[in-house]
Amino acid sequence: MNVLIKFLKRPVASSLLAILLGFAVAAAILATTGFNPFETFGTLFYGALGKPKYITNVIIKATPILLTGVSVAFAFQTGLFNRGGEGQYVRGTSCATIVGVTCNFPAPIQIPLVVLSGALGGALLGALVGFLKAHFGIHEVITSIMTNWIMLYLCNFVVSTEAFHKPNSNTALTVNPSSYTMVLPQWKMSDEGIDYLLKVPWLRDILLKTDLNFGFVVAIFVAVLAGILLTRTKLGYELRAVGFNPEAARFTGIGVKRSVVTCMLISGGICGLAGALNITGISPHTITTLASQEGYGFNGLSVAFIAGCSTVGCIPASLLFSGLTYGGMTVQQMMGVPSEIINIMIGVIVFFTALPAMAPKIATWLERRKKARQSIDTDANAGEA
Amino acid sequence: MEVSSEYAVQMHGIVKRFGAFTALDHIDLDVRKQTVHAILGENGAGKTTLMNILYGLYKADEGKTYLYGEEVGISNPTEAIRHGIGMVHQHFMLVENFTVTENIILGDEVCGTAGVLDMGRARKEVTKLVEEYGFEVDPDARIQDISVGMQQRVEILKALYRGAEILILDEPTAVLTPQEIDKLMEIMDGLVSKGKTIIIITHKLKEIMRSAHECSIVRRGKYMGTVDVAQSSENDLAARMVGRNVNLKVEKAPAHPKDVCLSIKGLTVRDERGIEQVRDLNLNVRAGEIVGIAGIDGNGQSELVDAIMSLAKARAGTIEVKGVEVQNTSPRKVIDSGVATIPSDRHRWGLVLPMIVSENAVLEHHGDEVYGKGIMLDYDKLRAYTEELVSQFDIRPAGCEEERISGLSGGNQQKVIIARSVTHAPDVLIAFQPTRGLDVGAIEFVHKTLIAERDRGVAILLISYELDEVMDVSDKIAVIYHGQIVGEFEQGTVGEDELGLLMAGGGSQ
Repeated sequence: MNVLIKFLKRPVASSLLAILLGFAVAAAILATTGFNPFETFGTLFYGALGKPKYITNVIIKATPILLTGVSVAFAFQTGLFNRGGEGQYVRGTSCATIVGVTCNFPAPIQIPLVVLSGALGGALLGALVGFLKAHFGIHEVITSIMTNWIMLYLCNFVVSTEAFHKPNSNTALTVNPSSYTMVLPQWKMSDEGIDYLLKVPWLRDILLKTDLNFGFVVAIFVAVLAGILLTRTKLGYELRAVGFNPEAARFTGIGVKRSVVTCMLISGGICGLAGALNITGISPHTITTLASQEGYGFNGLSVAFIAGCSTVGCIPASLLFSGLTYGGMTVQQMMGVPSEIINIMIGVIVFFTALPAMAPKIATWLERRKKARQSIDTDANAGEA
Repeated sequence: MEVSSEYAVQMHGIVKRFGAFTALDHIDLDVRKQTVHAILGENGAGKTTLMNILYGLYKADEGKTYLYGEEVGISNPTEAIRHGIGMVHQHFMLVENFTVTENIILGDEVCGTAGVLDMGRARKEVTKLVEEYGFEVDPDARIQDISVGMQQRVEILKALYRGAEILILDEPTAVLTPQEIDKLMEIMDGLVSKGKTIIIITHKLKEIMRSAHECSIVRRGKYMGTVDVAQSSENDLAARMVGRNVNLKVEKAPAHPKDVCLSIKGLTVRDERGIEQVRDLNLNVRAGEIVGIAGIDGNGQSELVDAIMSLAKARAGTIEVKGVEVQNTSPRKVIDSGVATIPSDRHRWGLVLPMIVSENAVLEHHGDEVYGKGIMLDYDKLRAYTEELVSQFDIRPAGCEEERISGLSGGNQQKVIIARSVTHAPDVLIAFQPTRGLDVGAIEFVHKTLIAERDRGVAILLISYELDEVMDVSDKIAVIYHGQIVGEFEQGTVGEDELGLLMAGGGSQ
């Protein structure tokens, strides 16, 4: 009991409790619509973790939402709500494609150049939102949602320009192969590589059937770095002080306007990085004409909230999110369960994480009940004596 | 105590819990009919909570309430009003652009046939009340045009209009000038002589001595007894309230002022609406002296502080710190030039509440190399430094370095601000309402620290709305009225009456 109470008081308990409730609600919906919840969950886990290929795909799909999640969490901890992750992500893909198509250096130069150009694109876009907020008081949610659409059409414009358009398609030209960040891209296609992989089926599954790339490693690095920046540096200290109490921050000599711009610059840069890593890491290695938002920015919001807005917490949260959506596809294919039920589940989880006080409240309730029981016990003992 | 109709209000064994916290622990209160009964206690002792229970805003977990010897259960303010209880809150609840009469009848309108408002009759009734109690309020004046003291009288009238026999006044003197306080005391006497019973909530001993017949003392939610004020003294009351002997007199040696450290010449500042709040203000503060600015809230004090901190633009004039002009630079530059500030509202300006104590302890100075090399902030050093502050300034609870500062009491939060201001060795210290909302014990500590800093050679500018504080602590007293200094005196050469008159704009200048 004591262990349980202690655990419930920790911040992570709220997230886990929300996840549990999400599954419970999904089970209820499944049962009422005539599906066996246990069977469905079994298929869901199989679809996410059943084969090396599945696990790899879950990791690959977790990469961009991990980064957009970190971006949202970072901004949130400094008092800003970055709803522009979508646009910053798209800006990252566009910039990376432009640079990746135009330049063709050896990989050690090309990869950082392409990736950083994407991050820079997102960063400048974020900084613009921050600038408008700091100097003209325009709320960042309004401007960042507007930039989402501006970036979508800018992306479509890039796709259609002559210099980048791939003839007879709705995509831009593919970036030069020296930009690729997959694991062993040349070797796995060479005769020697294929010979070797034929002997090792699980590795063949991972390397040849998926776009396993280094993006997730970079994303974990960024999540940890963002956490350190926030909690262990003078800059992070200032950003948080401004986020929690701008008036006190200003009074004590912190440049509030500069802080807002800096925060959005970093937050936007992380989303831009997500876009760039998707261009270099997974096919088709280019941008496509977009009819609507792809959802990376919005899913980043969910990831950040499941993680309780901890940047490092976004790592498991993004894997969970990606596992549910990827595994959900298998559930739909194998059992005919509509994928909407998976979306409801994610929605419920996010909904319950919005109640961060829930777990500590349960802890206090348990404590009080325990105390009441103890006093009854002592009374009873006294009575016997 | 026995339940009897001799008592207007009797509350016995009142218990109120908020979660795990017991705000009131078996409180007893017996208020005789036709008396002024004071409830004395430190901030957070539970005075207001007790009165909110009487007024039906909270429900007691245990205990009984009797009015004139009859047990009653009051579960909301409407019932309280029906029982003849009226409450005047610390913050007035008036409609600014309504007249006095309109405000008084609001919610209890006098209507003729078909629900048409009968303003003529309402006005007559209000005028009758005003005359009966000698309130000197114009029933047709708009609230925005009358003084704070008069607004308070309107609040009292509101309660009387609804037939209140028992009046609860929550910190009634907090916003008044000395003259207005005198008037309020007169009004309270008048009300009692007409049969009303008054309960005042306060932590100001002087006013209890002047106005109350009996005083019940509450300390940390516990009842500490009731004393006959005539048989008691300020020191006695203070000791009962805090639980130890408190030195109410500010003790200090004569000042030894040196060179002028802070010099303000011809300063003019406008507020955000473009209205001049500080006009051509001149003031000098020397190293090793405390200059106190007396004045009523809203006479340019906050704009003056903002201008010194470069938070507001100086339209004209100069502010020099040790001979260097700092006006219209940036808060950072002002702090770096040796100015430290204790802000008036610690939650708004002084602290970042969700951050931990040690993070708040270095606010203003987190950029110093001592607290971490380069871009890093060294939390071990932060903790070591804060541990030192905690022991040196007796910040409680001990070992709170890693706790969120929002969990500390107001007095201890203020200690953190003062500790961080003085440990970084400023040349000029601006203390704006440094004891706001603090209890007697904490006030004593703040005043001692200010004087110790003065003796160390710091130039201190003390700005306070508490006239007693300015008079007791300052070596030099300046009065601010409408953004100008309208009088400067050495300590001890001027009385409360003269200062009060200047504060209200009735000066000879």
